[in-house]
Amino acid sequence: MTRKGRRLLLISGALGVLAVAAGLVLFALSDTIVFFRSPSEIAAERTAPGTRLRLGGLVKDGSVVKSDNTHVRFVVTDGGGDLAVNYVGLLPDLFREGQGVIAEGTMAPDGTFTADSVLAKHDENYMPKEVADALKKQGVWKEGEGKP
Amino acid sequence: MNPEIGHYALVLSLAVAILMTVIPIWGARSGDEALMRVGSTLALVLAGFVSLAFAALVSAYVQSDFSVLNVVENSHSAKPLLYRITGTWGNHEGSMLLWVLVLAVFGALVALFGTNLPARLKANVLGVQGSIAVAFLLFILLTSNPFTRVVPPPAEGNDLNPILQDIGLAIHPPLLYLGYVGFSITFAFAVAALIEGRIDAAWARWVRPWALAAWGFLTLGIAMGSYWAYYELGWGGWWFWDPVENASLMPWFAGTALIHSAVVMEKRDALKVWTVLLAILAFSLSLLGTFLVRSGVLTSVHAFATDPSRGVFILGILIFFIGGSLALYALRAPTLRQGGIFAPVSREGALVLNNLLLTAAAAAVLVGTLYPLALEAFNGEKITVGPPYFNLTVGALMLPVVFAMPFGPLLAWKRGDLAGAAQRMMAAFGLAIVAGALALWAQGGGPLLAPFGMGLAVFVVIGAAVEIVERAGFGRLPAATAFARLRGLPRSAFGGALAHAGIGVCLFGIIAETSWNAERITGVKVGGSFEVGGYELTLDRLEPRNGPNYRDLVGVFSVRKGGVDAGTIESAKRLFTARNMPTTEAGIRTIGFSQLYVSVGDELPGGAVGVRAYWKPFVTLIWIGALIMALGGVLSLSDRRLRVGAPKPAKKPKARPGPDADPAAPVPAE
Repeated sequence: MTRKGRRLLLISGALGVLAVAAGLVLFALSDTIVFFRSPSEIAAERTAPGTRLRLGGLVKDGSVVKSDNTHVRFVVTDGGGDLAVNYVGLLPDLFREGQGVIAEGTMAPDGTFTADSVLAKHDENYMPKEVADALKKQGVWKEGEGKP
Repeated sequence: MNPEIGHYALVLSLAVAILMTVIPIWGARSGDEALMRVGSTLALVLAGFVSLAFAALVSAYVQSDFSVLNVVENSHSAKPLLYRITGTWGNHEGSMLLWVLVLAVFGALVALFGTNLPARLKANVLGVQGSIAVAFLLFILLTSNPFTRVVPPPAEGNDLNPILQDIGLAIHPPLLYLGYVGFSITFAFAVAALIEGRIDAAWARWVRPWALAAWGFLTLGIAMGSYWAYYELGWGGWWFWDPVENASLMPWFAGTALIHSAVVMEKRDALKVWTVLLAILAFSLSLLGTFLVRSGVLTSVHAFATDPSRGVFILGILIFFIGGSLALYALRAPTLRQGGIFAPVSREGALVLNNLLLTAAAAAVLVGTLYPLALEAFNGEKITVGPPYFNLTVGALMLPVVFAMPFGPLLAWKRGDLAGAAQRMMAAFGLAIVAGALALWAQGGGPLLAPFGMGLAVFVVIGAAVEIVERAGFGRLPAATAFARLRGLPRSAFGGALAHAGIGVCLFGIIAETSWNAERITGVKVGGSFEVGGYELTLDRLEPRNGPNYRDLVGVFSVRKGGVDAGTIESAKRLFTARNMPTTEAGIRTIGFSQLYVSVGDELPGGAVGVRAYWKPFVTLIWIGALIMALGGVLSLSDRRLRVGAPKPAKKPKARPGPDADPAAPVPAE
């Protein structure tokens, strides 16, 4: 094979790998991304049951109900809307009423949210960016104020 | 030590770094040897001043000097000494100071050990290193001064985030920074070569030790971070595809590609332009990682003390260095002469495939990590790209890499014999099929991921051993000759094989844990029991205990398997009193290579406590595999051919230029 031929083969091989990688990335992205929503957005959009979402907001004061088999029910609020969340499992250490939380899961047919993971931050001064933005939109919290 | 001394040392460092950027590069341009030599002195002085600043901050922490704002915000006088020291870099300012310290120390090491470097190359390398130091010292002095005083000083500090009060903070960030910042040296070498417009196989030999060292540290840093998150966060997860983890994985992929392509360049004088690009990319991705972690633009579970406003400054540094080096690359790369032709099936060909796939994987991770940012900027939509995306893309791209890995070293340079290599791999194939069949039998049918993955892992480990056996010539030559050849093999051959075996071990752990783990979440009362992974756990008692700056509620579990006592596990809910912040202290019992993992949660109505328990088969192999990889890196580094300061092959009267001139290496079986 000539030097030119080898180089051509090398370059076409490289382009082939890149094309496969690009195809994989696009396919995976179209299939696996999860959208972030606040309770008021979900209420406004009438999100269909079974939709996978990341729900963010504040844990409503007085809403956390625990049962003895690690089933927890709480309400997430962004000031403009509330959404009840069901979760089976252990809550993160920094999960508290009145604090920011992100729950990932699906909408149930009865209009509640079934979470399979609940995230609170590892730093008590830190508010997840998505939650902060959602709260700002509802006017619950403004930049520069103490964090809720 | 007085904090003002530290602050003053930082300002002096900046002045020294500016001189270090200007003088050696100027000297290299004008050909003035005296000016070039100044670079080494300045690099040592810089390391001295930055160390002094760092020591001043550590001493403020150790003495709990609450007149320093940074200490007030992140320390507490009741904290044990170890965490007072490690707390120095458990915050934004101190962590950036550690970053610059590592940078300065690497520069000093080049000055000390780079005695065999051509004066001009060394001067340019130190100059580039100095310019990076200027940027980050400015960043610290202008936006993140750790020595700011507070008047009047409070009597007590706010304490360090309890999650960071762990031995992991002493190990993980320094190792990770040694890896990230280690790539600054290869970056500086690449930019220096581009400035000179000249690059040859010797360049690759000078760069390889630094690339190997950085890669080894990064491997260890990532693995230790993974284990730390695993036992500290209490969820039993060891990899979340979190932006901060991805930030460390991308330079790892680029660095892995770099240490392989540098071999091709050193031995065959080929892939020059590509190797230089990889050296630039590895450090660019490290800078990107620093930016993502420090700015908090992406929501991460591992993000501590982030500050978006300061992120803009790092973004500026990022654009300057990445943009500048890539522009220089575009300008100069076409002038670098290519050499060394090879057939597609050859050692070079295999390494090109490795490089293509590794960079594609890094790109896939980059897209997945930054896509949410791009989409939000584009239409305001907030999304997350979760584990399924990364598992699919990285998994699919890594599969051929791992499968081809044992074949590569068996192929000859220039033109290889794939059928011959496959024949020599028959033993590994056979054992892999046996392992896969065993795995299938162990799980009683079901999904094929585990049998396939474990077969592949065994193939890789045995394949690495086959490589060494083949190179020594066992089976083809008399045993005595083969043993003699085995002793004569360069250490880098063993290092490479060991690192490859480490990948196999790690893969085995990943596949076993993902396919066969068992999880149990339940409420349990004192005296009650539950089962997980074939083990029966009984909650014997709940007892309160007091630590130096926390209170524990410890759940003591006794473990039984088939009625036989298998020890106890203690897991605690820990309340740090200074911040009134709870953490979960997981209880872990290692059984063979597997682990039982128990974390206790909140008390539930009716007197029970929530318990999350996992059975994680072979999980420790994930980190053991990473340790083996790093050990392989160390072994390669100790090869006398690569040892920094090894004699140049200039002794030969007329060193043949090009690929075969390698008299320093004993080459029994290339």
